[in-house]
Amino acid sequence: MARIWKFGADVDTDQIVPGRYAPYMRPDADVADAAFIEARPDFAKYAQPGDIIVALENFGCGSSREYAVEALRRRKVGAIVAKSFARIFYRNAINLGIPLFEAPEVIDSVKDGDTASINLATGEFTADGRVFEMPAMPGFAREIVNAGGVVAYVRQNGRFPGEQV
Amino acid sequence: MGQTISEQILSHKAGQNVKPGEFVVIEPDVVMSHDSLTPSIIKILKEELAASIKYPERLVFVFDHVSPASTVGTADLQNLVRRFAREQNIRLFDVGRGICHQVLVEEAIAFPGAVAVGADSHSTSYGAVGAFGTGMGSTDVALIWATGKTWLRVPETIRVNFNGQLPAHVDVKDMALKIGRILSISGANYMAVEYHGIDWMPLPGRQTLASMAVEMGAKVGIIPPTGNLPEHLQKPDWLYIDSNAHYRQVVNVELEDLCPQVSIPHSVDHVSDIQDVTGTHVDVVFLGTCTNGRHEDLAEAASLLKGKRIAPGIRMIITPASSREMSKAASDGTLSTLIEAGALITSPGCGMCMGRHNGTLGDGDVCLSTANRNFKGRMGAPTSQIYLASPGVAAATALRGVISDPREL
Ligand code: SF4
Repeated sequence: MARIWKFGADVDTDQIVPGRYAPYMRPDADVADAAFIEARPDFAKYAQPGDIIVALENFGCGSSREYAVEALRRRKVGAIVAKSFARIFYRNAINLGIPLFEAPEVIDSVKDGDTASINLATGEFTADGRVFEMPAMPGFAREIVNAGGVVAYVRQNGRFPGEQV
Repeated sequence: MGQTISEQILSHKAGQNVKPGEFVVIEPDVVMSHDSLTPSIIKILKEELAASIKYPERLVFVFDHVSPASTVGTADLQNLVRRFAREQNIRLFDVGRGICHQVLVEEAIAFPGAVAVGADSHSTSYGAVGAFGTGMGSTDVALIWATGKTWLRVPETIRVNFNGQLPAHVDVKDMALKIGRILSISGANYMAVEYHGIDWMPLPGRQTLASMAVEMGAKVGIIPPTGNLPEHLQKPDWLYIDSNAHYRQVVNVELEDLCPQVSIPHSVDHVSDIQDVTGTHVDVVFLGTCTNGRHEDLAEAASLLKGKRIAPGIRMIITPASSREMSKAASDGTLSTLIEAGALITSPGCGMCMGRHNGTLGDGDVCLSTANRNFKGRMGAPTSQIYLASPGVAAATALRGVISDPREL
């Protein structure tokens, strides 16, 4: 079973991966190691593939740095559930194929360290033995994530989701 | 029904009337990327998309984030981008030319009515010339390189009305911080912010306002391209201020009532009136960035520092936004005034804004900066602290060694 890593509001991309840990600055390092390296060192050390990030409002605000999302993808984060997301982060995460759920009413009922699982197809979120229903991702986002990210989507379909060709 | 500026631009691009909430696929006019992320975009283009560049003439590269290079690694990656630009015939503004957002405006690459996408969150800056400027990540930008296209959700618009005139030593930066204080760091998420009542404002102030729109989460921050702007930046015929436009929210700000604003660590919307933070100890004063590194900003600081010395123990680091802004400040004596006052001038670019070079903050350092963002650890050590304010507050603070009100000098 995966565990929940719970964060507060307005987690900015400098906290997810500080600019000084960008691939540009450390071309030989794996950016996965820098995920939350200063803001949440226990995540950096112990997060396991499939673990779920839960956060309050405006997760991922600040810079456009996709390597913040890339670090979470390489850590194989199973899903991110937040009260709301910042715009560029939301876009980047969908593009890289990370499932996102905006589920404000669930967040306050779960806590850091809970064991949890998410059924990506139904949005059913099980945490500490309790089951919550989450609203599904918007159609276009679901299509991209199901394809494994926007690059895969465009390669498979020859167009963007919703594009008339 | 009427349309906001953003709705008009996206309708123009899409060739049909669009409404907020709709998804459109459009071809951006301009696609900017800088030294920090261009290597990753090249990699996605080659390795994941295995594609070539559809419209090389729409691309522009600017080296500003680590400029000039600080390590062998950054030097090698810059060389890789230089070679790629030569092979693909892409415009490149090399180290020393300036910050991407400043350069695109100076070179008239971003223009009124354009859709200008940048691999940088502060691409909202192009709203200063009435462009739909927005930031995206590396994969989105690689896809634009390959297909010429991108998808966008048409944003709802928040209208900000500024009324009256600014008091002395109260700055456009204070207007920008005040809006952040009103709307909060996420108050404009997914939305456009449109600023009105500022036909009097020259271009540099518009750049300050537009650059900071993203700090409220906005997709774009746009100022109608009318009024006090050079000829080449006046609005195209098809763009107009539509009195029937629908706004999601309207915010009114009375400029007469505004006083210098200071954003306190570690969130840009933790804003106080200056009197609540005067006397706060500071180690470093940073004057620069796409928000406040232009000639007007340096001149405002120089007017307060002329014939004086900055306080002992203070490091004052000034990074002009571009070679052109630096040259203006050199020719009218602004730079020598600042140097004689004890400031350090660096090469143009982003400087210490993201903590990588040119003055990275150490353990416990307290910095007062004219930048746009004060996230924990952004400029260096996670234990350092960043206060954000106007160039006038920066100069007053450098003189006194503690956060100070320029109106009291
Ligand atoms: S000056 Fe700072 S905010 Fe502006 S583009 Fe450079 S790093 Fe980004």
